[in-house]
Amino acid sequence: MKALVSVKRVVDYNVRVQVKSDGSGVVTDGVKHSMNPFDEIAMEEAVRLREKGKITEIVAVTIGGAKNEETLRSALAFGADRAIHIKEEGEVQPLSAARAFAAVLKKEGADVFLAGKQAIDDDANQTGQMVAALLDIAQATFASKVELEAGKAVVTREVDAGLETLEVDLPAVITTDLRLNEPRYLKLPDIMKAKKKPIETVSFADLGVEKAAALKATKTAAPPKRSKGIVVKSVDELVSALKGKGLL
Amino acid sequence: MSKILVIGEIADGKLNSGVAKVVAAAKQIGGEVVVALFGADVAGPADEAAKLDGVSKVLKVERAENKDILAATYAPQIVELAAGYSHVLFPGTAFGKDTAPRVSAKLGVQQISDVMVAHSATSFDRPTYAGNAIVTVEAPAAPAIVATVRLASFTAVAATGSAAVEAASTSAALPTHTRFVKLEAQKSERPDLQAANKVVSGGRALGSSDNFKVIYDFADKIGAAVGASRAAVDSGYVPNDLQVGQTGKIIAPELYFAIGISGAIQHLAGIKDARTIVAINKDAEAPIFEVADFGLVGDLFQVVPELQSKV
Repeated sequence: MKALVSVKRVVDYNVRVQVKSDGSGVVTDGVKHSMNPFDEIAMEEAVRLREKGKITEIVAVTIGGAKNEETLRSALAFGADRAIHIKEEGEVQPLSAARAFAAVLKKEGADVFLAGKQAIDDDANQTGQMVAALLDIAQATFASKVELEAGKAVVTREVDAGLETLEVDLPAVITTDLRLNEPRYLKLPDIMKAKKKPIETVSFADLGVEKAAALKATKTAAPPKRSKGIVVKSVDELVSALKGKGLL
Repeated sequence: MSKILVIGEIADGKLNSGVAKVVAAAKQIGGEVVVALFGADVAGPADEAAKLDGVSKVLKVERAENKDILAATYAPQIVELAAGYSHVLFPGTAFGKDTAPRVSAKLGVQQISDVMVAHSATSFDRPTYAGNAIVTVEAPAAPAIVATVRLASFTAVAATGSAAVEAASTSAALPTHTRFVKLEAQKSERPDLQAANKVVSGGRALGSSDNFKVIYDFADKIGAAVGASRAAVDSGYVPNDLQVGQTGKIIAPELYFAIGISGAIQHLAGIKDARTIVAINKDAEAPIFEVADFGLVGDLFQVVPELQSKV
């Protein structure tokens, strides 16, 4: 079985992002970037499924400018066999990304498309579902457990009411939730080995894909600041303050 | 004029309370509001939806295949139903997030996630970077605008209306590649986390699943829902459907207690809209105190029982 895993380069999750004063976006120059945490979980799951003998080949794919090569190298260090870089400078919104991923999935004939449930920059939570829709294949989103069998996958999903289990025919899209696994730390020998693994570069045009009309960002603002609170000295003071506001 | 299709959600045979908030978002856009409900038998929830203020019509889409809530089977029917509508709105729940992009991709439009404000029929605010940047987007009006609504940003409309309920049929071919197996629901007598006026959340400092009793007892005393930080969920103290944050539930209660929670960016993204935040933590430097309206520095195992005895 072949797995295609999408990875995205995002501002590192520990960075406190700053909104630009002219409202044109957030400051990303000179800010630490890394692989989207949910994508690390997708990579880890692909590698574990290979360790279990379920998957035989892992192909990592990303969309973006030249700097995204770093992210692909991380995916290769995780254990991807090879990588595909869909080169595109500037923002690519989910439907356009999904069209490109769907084209690659079809071309590669992969059995499973693994993706993070959302990227922590745009917080969209759309791309995986869109890939499945475009190819009319099954989707199992927010996965916390994945079992691959011949021709199908049994996936436990995190839904609002608890845990739901679905059985889906392959090929299918699976998006990862936080509790699916704990991604491994990359070891130096693996990072060195990753440098020799092949990365193929393609464009939207090569894939025969047209970008969809984009949502236009007209303004980016910082969220309203909460007014500074007070530190109370005792439980009594807290109780009377809350009672005073009619909250208790 | 806008014609807005709100995709209803049913949980446990009842209309999800979030639907009344999606209707509020639809009213902010302005125009005719129609609610569609899917299932094998949706008579009860349809009557509930018909009462929501501002709804002009409720469509019941009853098919045996709709018994299980599956994005793959609902999406083609929603796409068919969407013809003639300017907007298709979903609640920003696990169901909405699963289904809306599938509809959006079929309609060939980018989807807007987590609408916080509708400035007009085509201009919306949405959060990015864990709520640390609010982006105003302008969406192309045609062929339709597909969006999920951030429930914490809207107040439910009143149940004072009386819309007509109509049966609607769809002819869309439904896929068989996705099959429901089971749902392991977390049964709780406590208020629903996303709808509760008061929420008491515990974090890593609780130290164990047994110690979480302190949180449950206090929550029960004041009639609050129980939440948790990602650290508490990852440590196995509580099930994951209690997680509050960027990757869990986004809530906006009147009163929020963060107990033994440091206040990581990821957690704050889930509680920024709480009216009043109370933090109890023994670390006076914890970031949670930067957003708390009332902070108390102390050992939660002493403070919380004392608090419980005095309310």
